[in-house]
Amino acid sequence: MNRKLWINLMVAMLVAGLFMTVSCAKKTIVTDGTTIEDQAKVEAAAAAEAEAKALAEQKRIKSQELQDQMAKEQALKEAKILAARNRFGNQNIHFDFDSAQLSSMAKLLIKEKAEWLGINSGVAAVVEGHCDERGTTDYNIALGERRAIAVKNYLVNLGISGSRLTTVSFGEEKPLDSDANEAAYRKNRRAQFVIK
Amino acid sequence: MNEIRLNKIYGGKSRYHQFSCRIFSAGLAVLLFLFWLAPLQAKEVDYINISNPFLNKIPIAITQFKTFNGHAAEVNHGKNAEQILKDALNFTGYLKVLNSEAFLSNPSQTGIQLGQINFRDWTGIGADLLITGGIEERENQVTLKLRLFDAFNSKLLVGKVYTGASSQIRRMVHLFCSEVSHKLTGNWGVFNSKISFVSTVKGHKEIFVCEFDGHNPKQITHHKSISLSPNWSFDGRWLAYVSYAKGKPDIYIKNLKENRGAIVNHKGSNISPDWMPGQLNIAAALSFSGNQEIYLLTKKGEVTKRITKSWGVNVSPTFSPDGKKIAFTSNRGGTPQIYIKDLDGGDVKRVTFKGRYNTSPAWSPDGKKIAYVGIEKNKIDIFVINLTSASGMPVQLTMNQQDNEDPSWSPDGSLIAFTSNREGGVSRIFVMTSAGTDQRRLLTLTGKQSQPGWSKSTSFEN
Repeated sequence: MNRKLWINLMVAMLVAGLFMTVSCAKKTIVTDGTTIEDQAKVEAAAAAEAEAKALAEQKRIKSQELQDQMAKEQALKEAKILAARNRFGNQNIHFDFDSAQLSSMAKLLIKEKAEWLGINSGVAAVVEGHCDERGTTDYNIALGERRAIAVKNYLVNLGISGSRLTTVSFGEEKPLDSDANEAAYRKNRRAQFVIK
Repeated sequence: MNEIRLNKIYGGKSRYHQFSCRIFSAGLAVLLFLFWLAPLQAKEVDYINISNPFLNKIPIAITQFKTFNGHAAEVNHGKNAEQILKDALNFTGYLKVLNSEAFLSNPSQTGIQLGQINFRDWTGIGADLLITGGIEERENQVTLKLRLFDAFNSKLLVGKVYTGASSQIRRMVHLFCSEVSHKLTGNWGVFNSKISFVSTVKGHKEIFVCEFDGHNPKQITHHKSISLSPNWSFDGRWLAYVSYAKGKPDIYIKNLKENRGAIVNHKGSNISPDWMPGQLNIAAALSFSGNQEIYLLTKKGEVTKRITKSWGVNVSPTFSPDGKKIAFTSNRGGTPQIYIKDLDGGDVKRVTFKGRYNTSPAWSPDGKKIAYVGIEKNKIDIFVINLTSASGMPVQLTMNQQDNEDPSWSPDGSLIAFTSNREGGVSRIFVMTSAGTDQRRLLTLTGKQSQPGWSKSTSFEN
């Protein structure tokens, strides 16, 4: 009987041990499951947040791009206006030596000036007459004046009001290029527009 | 100003009348030329005909100055006076001051008066004329005793004593030079004249004034703009010039001593003023009508008369010495040429025909010639055309020396001041004889100089 008791006891212990083992294992799993659930929640939230961020960024980039595009277009427009304005001031009308006659090229350029003056109706301009250094001071002031007046008259014929245009001659006093060669002389024989 | 006393040592006529074939070797050639030109002319003959382009220079010896007290200040003032005298007479272009190293005697030791001079010592070294000088200095007061001799005839031509402060030595010597000039040429010369001109100051063109030989340049305007074309009134008291001070070319009329004047600022350009001889009126080119025309103005700037009426450019008026005519530049014929018109009306006469660009006329003081600027084959030079000769062929005065512009006659007609860029391409003021010889730079000044305007001879002091 003693032997039978021992076996029973051992079985009981085994069962109990098994039971305990099972019980222990179950407890660990439960704990793990809770952690995973929390993690997933956090991850989901983070993902959502990231997605929202990305979306916002995308939106921002898009809006920035739009702004940039607009600014670019604006700048382009302004540059175009400035370029036209600069061209008006920098593109000089050239003349032959001792001449105030308008060449066909000169007339073309003056037409462009007239267009610009037509668009910019609030602008008044000075037409400056200049000469190359050859010839004498007094005569060159007179010649420069004839050049300026010839350009002004052509503009008036193109419909620009004479009251928006004044003329002044600087003779040979303000050369663009002070070299003493034909290339410099050609540059210096000019009518030049200055916006008031 | 310190007063300068003037005493004549010897009396005598203001002009030296007598001459003989012995006078000078060079003088003989001059006389022959004169007789050839005008064989029936009975008028008195000058030693030197300054308008003769074939003139040889007359050799003149100038001695060291005799010092009466011999102290250091006196010696120094004497040396100074001697140098001023030599420079001034060399400047004339018709005298050649001999090198003193060749001298055989020394009148500063042996005596500077007529009886004390051995004229063979002077004719022997080729001197036709001799000037002796003496100086006495006491308490900064200087007395100069100056004598001009005809060495060939052993004759005193001019003798003068001047007394003044030592600061007036230059002035006193130049007064004597005027006497020398008057005796030799019949004309008082350039020694009492001034030259106005344009010079750049920090990039701006301003009006300056200097003495006849470039001494003592003074800035007159401070517009800090472009100022141009200065021109003297006959009495040397007024300048007219052009300035862009208000943005466009206007004429400024300025009394140099009193702070007054006027501005001619009509619409358009107001340029190239020229004072009338003997009167305070101005001719100038104004474009208020829409065309550049020449007008007469008062010194207050009021327009009194229109002179030209022609399409195109009419600029650069220059009065004839009698004030009755005007020469000017016009392009009425297609190219700029020089024309003459009577102030009282009448036809316009064209003067220049050679070349396609002739501008800047300047009427000679004797009324017989016009100097002007011509461009031929891209070269800018000064020409002179004789109004009395039938041929009307211009004579070229400058050649192969880069650009030469703005001729202006000296009051005696012996010299022409002009602008040239021959020195390194920088524009400077030069002087030459009216025959085109002796071309030299007038003055050294920073910046660029141009547009000389020679005054009349005048006693006026600034």
